[in-house]
Amino acid sequence: MDTATTSAPLFTAKELVTDQEVRWCPGCGDYSILKQVQTVVPELGIPREKFVFISGIGCSSRFPYYMETYGMHSIHGRATAIASGLRATRKDLSIWIVTGDGDSMSIGGNHFIHLMRRNLDVNVLLFNNQIYGLTKGQYSPTSEEGKVTKSTPYGSIDHPFNPIALAMGADGTFIARSMDRDPVHLKDMLRKSAAHKGTSFLEIYQNCNVFNDGAFEVFTEKSTKKQEALFVENGKPLLFGQNNELGIKLDGFKPVIVNVNDNGNSANDMWVHDTSDRVKAAILSRFFDNPSKEGHFPRPFGIFYEEDRPCYEDVMNDQVEQVIATKGKGNLDKLLRGGEVWDIR
Amino acid sequence: MEKPNEVLEQVIIKFAGDSGDGMQLTGTQFTNTAALFGNDLSTFPDFPAEIRAPQGTLAGVSGYQLHFGSVNIYTPGDKCDVLVAMNAAALKANLKNLKEGGIIIANSDGFDPKNLRLANYADGKSPLEDGSLEKFNLITIDVTKMTRAALVDSGLGTKEIDRAKNMFVLGFLYWMYNRSLDNSIKFLEDKFGKKPAILDANLKVLRAGYNYGDTTETFRTRYQVQPAKMAAGSYRNIMGNQATAIGLVAASHQAGLPLFCGTYPITPASDILHELSKHKSFGVKTFQAEDEIAGICTAIGASFGGSLAVTTSSGPGIALKGEAMGLAIMLELPLVIINVQRGGPSTGLPTKTEQSDLLQALYGRNGEAPMPVIAAYTPANCFDTAFEACRIALEYMTPVMMLSDGYIANGAEPWQYPTADKLKKIDVKFTTEKNGEKFLPYKRDEKLSRPWALPGTKELEHRIGGLEKQHETGNISYDSENHQFMVRMRDAKVEKVADSIPLQTLDSGPEKGKLLVVGWGSTYGAIKTACKLARNEGYDAAHAHITYLKPFPKNLGELLFNYDKVLVPEMNTGQLLKVLRDKYMIPAIGLNKIMGVPFSAGEIKDKIIELCK
Repeated sequence: MDTATTSAPLFTAKELVTDQEVRWCPGCGDYSILKQVQTVVPELGIPREKFVFISGIGCSSRFPYYMETYGMHSIHGRATAIASGLRATRKDLSIWIVTGDGDSMSIGGNHFIHLMRRNLDVNVLLFNNQIYGLTKGQYSPTSEEGKVTKSTPYGSIDHPFNPIALAMGADGTFIARSMDRDPVHLKDMLRKSAAHKGTSFLEIYQNCNVFNDGAFEVFTEKSTKKQEALFVENGKPLLFGQNNELGIKLDGFKPVIVNVNDNGNSANDMWVHDTSDRVKAAILSRFFDNPSKEGHFPRPFGIFYEEDRPCYEDVMNDQVEQVIATKGKGNLDKLLRGGEVWDIR
Repeated sequence: MEKPNEVLEQVIIKFAGDSGDGMQLTGTQFTNTAALFGNDLSTFPDFPAEIRAPQGTLAGVSGYQLHFGSVNIYTPGDKCDVLVAMNAAALKANLKNLKEGGIIIANSDGFDPKNLRLANYADGKSPLEDGSLEKFNLITIDVTKMTRAALVDSGLGTKEIDRAKNMFVLGFLYWMYNRSLDNSIKFLEDKFGKKPAILDANLKVLRAGYNYGDTTETFRTRYQVQPAKMAAGSYRNIMGNQATAIGLVAASHQAGLPLFCGTYPITPASDILHELSKHKSFGVKTFQAEDEIAGICTAIGASFGGSLAVTTSSGPGIALKGEAMGLAIMLELPLVIINVQRGGPSTGLPTKTEQSDLLQALYGRNGEAPMPVIAAYTPANCFDTAFEACRIALEYMTPVMMLSDGYIANGAEPWQYPTADKLKKIDVKFTTEKNGEKFLPYKRDEKLSRPWALPGTKELEHRIGGLEKQHETGNISYDSENHQFMVRMRDAKVEKVADSIPLQTLDSGPEKGKLLVVGWGSTYGAIKTACKLARNEGYDAAHAHITYLKPFPKNLGELLFNYDKVLVPEMNTGQLLKVLRDKYMIPAIGLNKIMGVPFSAGEIKDKIIELCK
């Protein structure tokens, strides 16, 4: 839905708090995400009753119970499909899907990719903690290879999904990544997700301090964040490092890490991020190395790609209206009668 | 030369050929013409699962059976009077269902050595020539040759010419049964209006078939089947799936809600989607989802938003939708789930019919998950049943399962269609006011139904979900007393639907006596006919046909107890039988057929007589 991101709040963040006790484990990254969402939602210029939060199953999927809006805590993996049906029939609502890495990448993987290609105007918040929390600690489809968990005592042999690349492959129209530990960046990404007309996909790295503590530490902790996280912004060069001394250059289609202070280099020669460039976004989405790997690329955060493409529900409505315009509104008696009739006296 | 006319009460024709021979079209055309003429009728298309099974083989035979008459017709009939066999395989597959002395119209070109071999005729001897068909009235026509001759100047290629073969047969049958070509001419003009060469060819061959009958000395007799004496009114011909779709549109209209159908294509349910997708002028939205689960889940989403939501499928798809059905039961949102049954289990027999999903409909979900179940019993009755499923779903805020099956879904019959003003209104009220200090989404009314508060309604913000709900507040509750209360409450709500449905009536027969035959779904015509035949022979059998399978009509038990014996014919191993025995503890007797084809009236009649003796 079209949103004005700067209007005066129609209600307060406090009014979004429900009478339900929040039951995530103390220290869970979900608390931060809930807080940022409750901060951003009132700023969007949309009345509270127009918001709907729909979730599947998993720790993150408790989210709707904590938002004083309309909500549905549905079944495993299907929030995307339920939201699609709601959006297809209700263009006046602001619909948010809250899902986890198991919910959307595993059991709900199919609905996820089809939501991306259809481009219904909804917002997907993927809380990625790279572990199954609610079922108490099995590896997830985003867990790294070799991961030792309850179900993989000798290490996981599964190759992990790269959710950003998956969304790119499924022709998503808004693809971004943020993290629970950076409230400012997260709020910015939430606002931009809301402003995008079409399916916006925001992957949020979220720490599960019970079953997978520190999974994203290198990206979120002060000491390593500047070295390991690459914050991308439209129109700005790709720079990182303690003093932004490192940059990414493209050698043909091959990205290369260079020191901007080295001879012959300057910040101006670096790859300038362009969220409308699908090819470059695809390359960027592949910055997915294990941070322990020698010569690895930093992990990008921010909007990878954004595109303006007609939304499914708009085209669906247009088709209905076009048919009505050419054929007239349906006449039930005509339908009941059909083509050929005969009378018996 | 004027040929003699013989008047017949009823005729059963089976059109059979290779699945590419156009027998379904030929059958449908003859059916529509018979319907417009005023005959009562019933049809049964029977086609292979493969779109184009190997040509000429038994597996590739596609059939269409039509029963029409000047008397009331309730089934597509048992044995045929006429068999149209476009090739050797079609003859071989259908000969056992031809009456002694019946007419065979055989296309001799389909009996060449290759076709005979493919149809497994040993030593390549043609049954048309070896005298084995002596007890039948064999009419051999080289349809291919005639068609080619008629189109020799058409400029069309052989392949296109041969495609018009079925029109020759249709024309010949029109001659044989004294039918006008007008309806089919109009149909062809509509279909091929933009392809004048093809239109011309089809019309020419259709007329050639008719004239062949007229001018050839071989055929001496023509037949007449007068219009049937049906209740006065306006009629149209309708197929089951089409009636289901129209019933949904009508219910949406009468409820004043937009219709949303979230679904995934599956045989034999897809035609409901096809039909609905045509009716955008009624605001109908059809969503062809990525899978069965997304089909029902999009429907649940649409229902949450205030649409009349429907999902359609067949057994395997219903199995996939199970968890989401449970969700809809917990959410207590209106939803219509349509199962057009086919042979199972697993992929089973996709194009064949069966009634083997009744227990799945009643019990096939995890937990205590009751939902109303109603079944259609004829093609036209699919309209009323779909409409009623919507009414129950909306009035009681519950998912409702409607059962149909391949037999009635693809079958056709004349339908005395209603006018819009004769349809009931369906009362739907969205809640806009708080019903307590805070809004209580699970506070129930006298029907035990909960309020439907749509997202977007001020001050009614609330959350629903699949976790157990606290009574009234709808908050998550793990309290054991509350769980037991809510399980019983959901069941009581479904049982309360019985307040709004008609009492069970007898379809025919005495009110008390020796034997009651109880059926449900598509066995209706066969049971009705069987009971009538049995009574004609002096055996007093009554017939009750159950539409409401969950909950049952309140008087059903009473009715069953009025008879010494209860017979339950079903196309399964005895599913309604189990439920009746369980609920009413009666020693009901099953008659079961699981062959992918409907009962013949004769099979049921024999059992009735056995039990009445």
